[in-house]
Amino acid sequence: MLAEYTKQLRDAAKRLLKDKKVDCVLGYRKGTIPLVDAPYFAYTEEDCDNLIWSSFCTKNLANFLIKRQDKVAVVAQGCVSRSIVGLINENQVKRENVYILGIWSPGMVDRWKVYEKVGGREIVEAEEDGDKIIVKGDGFEETINKKEVLRQNCLTCIHRNAVLYDEFIGEKGEETGGGDIDQVAAPWEKLSIDERWEKFKDTFKECIRCYACRNACPLCYCAECFVDESRPQWCGKTQDEADIYTFHILRAFHCAGRCVDCGACESACPMGIKMRVLTSKIEKDIRQMYNYVPGMEIGATPPLSVYRPDDPEEFITP
Amino acid sequence: MGYKYLAKQDIKELFDKVSKIGDVFAPVKKGVEVVWSEVQDVSKVLFDFKNTSLSPKGLFFPQTECMFEFKNNPRAEDGFILKEVPPLEKNRVILNIRPCDARAFSILDKVFMRDEDSLDVYWKDKRDKTTLIGLACNNPASTCFCTQVGSSPFGEQGLDVLMIDLGDKYLLKPITDKGKDILDGFNDASDEDVKKIDELKQNAENKIKTRLSMDNILSREILEVYENPYWDRLHETCLNCGACTFYCPTCHCFDIQDETKGEYGRRVRNWDTCMSWLFTQHASGHNPRGTKKHRVRQRFMHKFKYMPIKLDGDIGCVGCGRCILVCPVNIDVRDVVNNLNK
Repeated sequence: MLAEYTKQLRDAAKRLLKDKKVDCVLGYRKGTIPLVDAPYFAYTEEDCDNLIWSSFCTKNLANFLIKRQDKVAVVAQGCVSRSIVGLINENQVKRENVYILGIWSPGMVDRWKVYEKVGGREIVEAEEDGDKIIVKGDGFEETINKKEVLRQNCLTCIHRNAVLYDEFIGEKGEETGGGDIDQVAAPWEKLSIDERWEKFKDTFKECIRCYACRNACPLCYCAECFVDESRPQWCGKTQDEADIYTFHILRAFHCAGRCVDCGACESACPMGIKMRVLTSKIEKDIRQMYNYVPGMEIGATPPLSVYRPDDPEEFITP
Repeated sequence: MGYKYLAKQDIKELFDKVSKIGDVFAPVKKGVEVVWSEVQDVSKVLFDFKNTSLSPKGLFFPQTECMFEFKNNPRAEDGFILKEVPPLEKNRVILNIRPCDARAFSILDKVFMRDEDSLDVYWKDKRDKTTLIGLACNNPASTCFCTQVGSSPFGEQGLDVLMIDLGDKYLLKPITDKGKDILDGFNDASDEDVKKIDELKQNAENKIKTRLSMDNILSREILEVYENPYWDRLHETCLNCGACTFYCPTCHCFDIQDETKGEYGRRVRNWDTCMSWLFTQHASGHNPRGTKKHRVRQRFMHKFKYMPIKLDGDIGCVGCGRCILVCPVNIDVRDVVNNLNK
């Protein structure tokens, strides 16, 4: 099924380059290691034969559109198209500079879940066959039900088809991943304050501050991130808990009302940290308290970016 | 002293012996990962693994390391006077380090301990007090390529002892005087067992399929490599995160910060990364590596061009493959080197 998307994607990409509609096509190529396909810029029709669409396309391509001056065709499933909408609304991307190749997301795989399935053994080959993932290593081959190793955000996604596009690649598919976001979005809610703190510390204790999460995020385009500022220096540079927590908490709040839950942060993390436990709670609050879902409409304003005299404020001053 | 012999069921003998030297660090299982940890019990130590997730670099060069302490009060008699932090109290043994990682540290010795005038006392203290017992790789990972950067799964550089897994027993090769002291008292290996080593080594090397060519990179003028049009494409998908540099056993850059809290102050160094724009930002506002392209190019130029020039031919890569596994956008050092060498 995805092979058909890949074929149509290549055809569309070649046509756009041949007709000089765009300067390049931004999509994915096959990764050099299993379970990780890679962002890829195709500049020639020949390059287009490297483009693919798979369940291992875990980054957010909207991230690479920021500050580009040329005209780019970009492959965008639901979350990525919503990120593009957000970036257009925040004046980071010009609508006329992007040609959106809308596509349906099959749901992307969380490689850490696959590692758990094989007990941490080295996987040297992975392929997908419909709703199955087949992984091979030294002396083993296992077939895994893809739904069991989907990223959490893909499982609870309700916008798998691109919401904004210039052309749609292939057929539109199921909009939902089948999971209930409100059931899993905020694991904190059920916990006492002390338990939350323990869970929070446990979640981030392995962070090495490589900033892969921040740099993979299409929202983190600040010319100077607060953790990098030195005059004044808001955040220390060490591995002390306070410095690590400050980074993650502030970053999550900066994304409030803007995050489309694409999961690129978690997929980029080399330590396998699940930082969505912060952002998904914020996403839920924004949706329920402000009745706002980011990235769905050109011209919409993120609720935390506006002042309205008639804000109800019920939840601020109960 | 020749090869020594240790039956696998007697591994505790070796562990007990090295425990007398000092604290023992070894690879242990943590979830799906293999990580470095201090161990008191040999049953926790992994002997069958590919390599550890993070390298053991942090044992010599911690991600955050206090260099000095001071009283943050200019009016106090000892205000702002830097006080040295105490050196390591105990000796240490690193057990089951892979040959690539041990070699990385002997390359870094050339950076941190090149001469008396620029000695890094923090690095030297830990190096002097640590014994490295390596475990040869019978089964290198698919991302390993040590044979392509001047080493072997059975490499000895930087080790005090090399252990070779022969199935039901280990052969132990003393490499330094430290290693000989440890192995003193163990039984000599039989000639028959020693003869098996060559074949095991050959098998392990044959499992490494990656082929790297860097002759052109090394022989060309610096500027010719620097201006290779390949950089124009390579940098486009890089996120400029620091994952590759933090996982790399030979990346060694750091940033020094002074921190104060009330009257307490300390000077601390932290891992830094050339992938960050802040790494080269001048106080004037100028940044000599102002673009992503500059920064991506720097990392590879440093490893494969500048380091060999500065470090008697040693390149800054030991083929452990960690950067390949952790790069979020699959920038694969093997492809980078081969493309750059064209």
